[in-house]
Amino acid sequence: MGFAWGPGDILVYETLYKASGASGSGCSFIHEIRKDEDIYSPILRKLFNESHHIFVGLQTIREELPSKSKKPQFVSISKNYRSVIRACMEELHFGSFFKFLFYSLVSILLAIELIWNLCEVLFIDAAPAGSLLLHLLDWVRLHKADVDERAREVLQSESPAEHHDYWDVPGGTQTLTEFDVKWRHWHEEVDRCMQDNSFASNRHLEVICKILLGDEDTLLDHKELLGTWYHFLVTRLLFCHPTVKPTELHYYAQSCMTMFLDSRSVSEPLDNILLAAFEFDIHQVIKECSIALNNWWFVAHLTDLLDHCKLLQSHNLHFGSNLREFLLLEYASGLFTHHSLWQLAVDYFDHCPEFGRVYLELQIERVPLETERKALKVLRICEQRQMSEQVRSICKIMAMRALRNNRLGSALSWSIRAKDAAFATLISERFLQDYCAKGTFSDLDLIDNLGPAMLLSDRLTFLGKYREFHKLYGEKRFREAAKLLLSLMTAKIAPQSFWMTLLTDALPLLEQKEVIFTADQTYELMFCLEELTSSLNITASSTDRPMQEEDVEVTKVELLRLALARNLAQAIVKEGTVET
Amino acid sequence: MFVARSIAADHKDLIHDVSYDFHGRRMATCSSDQSVKVWDKSENGEWHCTASWKTHSGSVWRVTWAHPEFGQVLASCSFDRTAAVWEEIVGESNDKQRGLSHWIKRTTLVDSRTSVTDVKFAPKHMGLMLTTCSADGVVRIYEAPDVMNLSQWSLQHEISCKLSCSCISWNPSSSRAHPPMFAVGSDDSNVTYGGKVQIYEYNENTRKYGKAETLMTVTDAVHDIAFAPNLGRSFHVLAIATKDVRIFKLVPMRKESTSTGPTKFEVQIVAQFDNHNSQVWRVSWNITSTLLASSGDDGCVRLWKANYMDNWKCTGILKGDGSPLTGSSGQPSAMSTVLGSSVQSSQNALNGMSAGSCLLTSVLDSH
Repeated sequence: MGFAWGPGDILVYETLYKASGASGSGCSFIHEIRKDEDIYSPILRKLFNESHHIFVGLQTIREELPSKSKKPQFVSISKNYRSVIRACMEELHFGSFFKFLFYSLVSILLAIELIWNLCEVLFIDAAPAGSLLLHLLDWVRLHKADVDERAREVLQSESPAEHHDYWDVPGGTQTLTEFDVKWRHWHEEVDRCMQDNSFASNRHLEVICKILLGDEDTLLDHKELLGTWYHFLVTRLLFCHPTVKPTELHYYAQSCMTMFLDSRSVSEPLDNILLAAFEFDIHQVIKECSIALNNWWFVAHLTDLLDHCKLLQSHNLHFGSNLREFLLLEYASGLFTHHSLWQLAVDYFDHCPEFGRVYLELQIERVPLETERKALKVLRICEQRQMSEQVRSICKIMAMRALRNNRLGSALSWSIRAKDAAFATLISERFLQDYCAKGTFSDLDLIDNLGPAMLLSDRLTFLGKYREFHKLYGEKRFREAAKLLLSLMTAKIAPQSFWMTLLTDALPLLEQKEVIFTADQTYELMFCLEELTSSLNITASSTDRPMQEEDVEVTKVELLRLALARNLAQAIVKEGTVET
Repeated sequence: MFVARSIAADHKDLIHDVSYDFHGRRMATCSSDQSVKVWDKSENGEWHCTASWKTHSGSVWRVTWAHPEFGQVLASCSFDRTAAVWEEIVGESNDKQRGLSHWIKRTTLVDSRTSVTDVKFAPKHMGLMLTTCSADGVVRIYEAPDVMNLSQWSLQHEISCKLSCSCISWNPSSSRAHPPMFAVGSDDSNVTYGGKVQIYEYNENTRKYGKAETLMTVTDAVHDIAFAPNLGRSFHVLAIATKDVRIFKLVPMRKESTSTGPTKFEVQIVAQFDNHNSQVWRVSWNITSTLLASSGDDGCVRLWKANYMDNWKCTGILKGDGSPLTGSSGQPSAMSTVLGSSVQSSQNALNGMSAGSCLLTSVLDSH
């Protein structure tokens, strides 16, 4: 059995691979396996896009301010993240056709939001005793409202909210101790009423009273209404210990969970996560979340936020300077396999100081370059980050592709962008060969507008200048054209193999009625011709060229010699004549 | 959770190798039916066979793609003692519409006297270089000096490894600190002497490849070998497929300024897994060297991931048809609700549902 890794975390299997040499019958199948990432879900795409926006905003919060004053900002960012989650849930409620997908995605999002909210209350907002309970009440109520609309109606009648509103909010106009004292008085009142059976006549009232006293058994009797152990916890805290301190939470949480779950022996992953949160064990929360959830999105963003709040001790990892970086690297790497989400991943890598860059370099060069537009997009990202090797490589790939498809202009512009002199030379040669064969240039626009890029390679320079010559000739600026033509040979810009063509181009200029080439210039032309013919003679004997070709060459040379001689004569006369 | 899709390969005999191109949008397969097939992935993710042709006169063992900087180039090697280089030529528009393309042979490398068991291109920063290894223990390195002319290849190096070779892997690092290096594995079945993996390194002074290291602890036949992507580290990581999966760390030791020989390495075995409980045939790294995959005669593919302490653990097992190895519950390993009442079996952690969770737990455990 064999396989291959694809760049996008895709494995392909060969089946029935047996290297023992036994040849079997026709091999039928290859299987392509892909991790079923959430990134392929269109609804979650909104989550990834919007959270990316929030993430980038978070990274740019100025470092100089002390953490304390940044707390409101962090809380607000936390709320932003949560609202994105809720928005996704809303969409799922209305949008999804696939019931199964809907159910599992919604419940995952619900869980995520629940956990995040709790983390916000406990870690980020770090509510102190007093307001802590209020936040927890909000937390439970919000969650309960999501899960069970109907139950809410029933609950409202016995809802702690009524009672909570009845009292002044601690921290508002009174201190915690003042509230505590008041509350204890009230509690004792209710207890006394219970004891002397003032409510004995009304069964319901008795139950309500017991609830108000926080009687565990009564509360547990109404388990179905509470739904979850953490609801039970908050309810119990409300009625027994409203001024609970954060540090005391875990004790109550543990006991409530045990009491509530006594029928089942197994606690769910969610329970463990929440319990860890109540115990203020942030690392345990992250660890449990990573185990339970399929995608790195949640742990990566939450850990990043907690890190900004300076709540994470730095764990040095082989993979990154800390846990935050490790999780972000994993999340972003996962995004890279997606045909459009990979662009989000770039920003995440940018904010991973230790390994972000090298991860980005490795991943970005594997992005398929289906269109020029996509290639330019990838290039821009690389250029912005001075990833010169990746830039060169991508341009080279595009240039090669264009060349194979005979799109010389495109190939040339890509090789210029790659600063690949050798390739530019090669393509220029092809242009020149094309010209010799067809008599015209293709991609004139490109060659005309080369500008300083012309200097990348000698051949390219020649191509540009040669085209310039043609332009000048077309504009009837003969003198300039002539000067340029000559300089192409004398400055050795033109390869000798091309000189014959150039000299042939000179013929019409020589044949003009008006004298264009000066005497000096003509001497130089003659010199070039001699140089050319003498070198050709040396080679002519060794190469066996067909007679016809040689004849043509000889005729050309003779024609040139004649034209040059005539021009020389005319030039001398002209230059020697005194204007009267 | 993994999603699997089957492709009808249509080879008339066993498939010996599958290779993705650099961007993962094309694939080549080769078989004992002596042919190579090239597949293209369309926009909607479906694979279509765009070329299929006879390449050799014997079983084709391996096929590999050159870096796209060199164009669309493939190399294949075969039992018929040859290796060949193929280039795709742009076809007529008719062919394009029908989704076909043509590949022509640019060269045949006939230097080997025995079956050529592996063919690999060297890292692109070395130019267009091709390496083959044969059953007679000779590794050959060829170079095409003119990348536009793929019919001209010159044999630059011929290295005798003394043991029958089965696989090669180049160190992908392009760092100046690391001279070019490759590893050769041998499938020689005599276990009385070790050294079934040899590391060769290029020496600037002698302009030759010299043996830098032999892994004496590898005594069983080696079927596949793979250097991990380097990530700017100073040391190298090498995975080996033999009777089990092994991962080695090669740490270059400081060279004296006068030393002109190959680098000395400190060899550490980082991990060894016999979970396949059978011969392991392939090992392969992902792009960022954070995951290693291996496949074996037990018909499974296993994924391995390391934590900060270099403790490697299995993070996923896939069966031959792509389905994950589930527990006895037989439940589809769906993303079960975290809220709900379904019981999560511990198997889920292994099924890749929580890729890397093992890594994370062991990271946090170690503190």
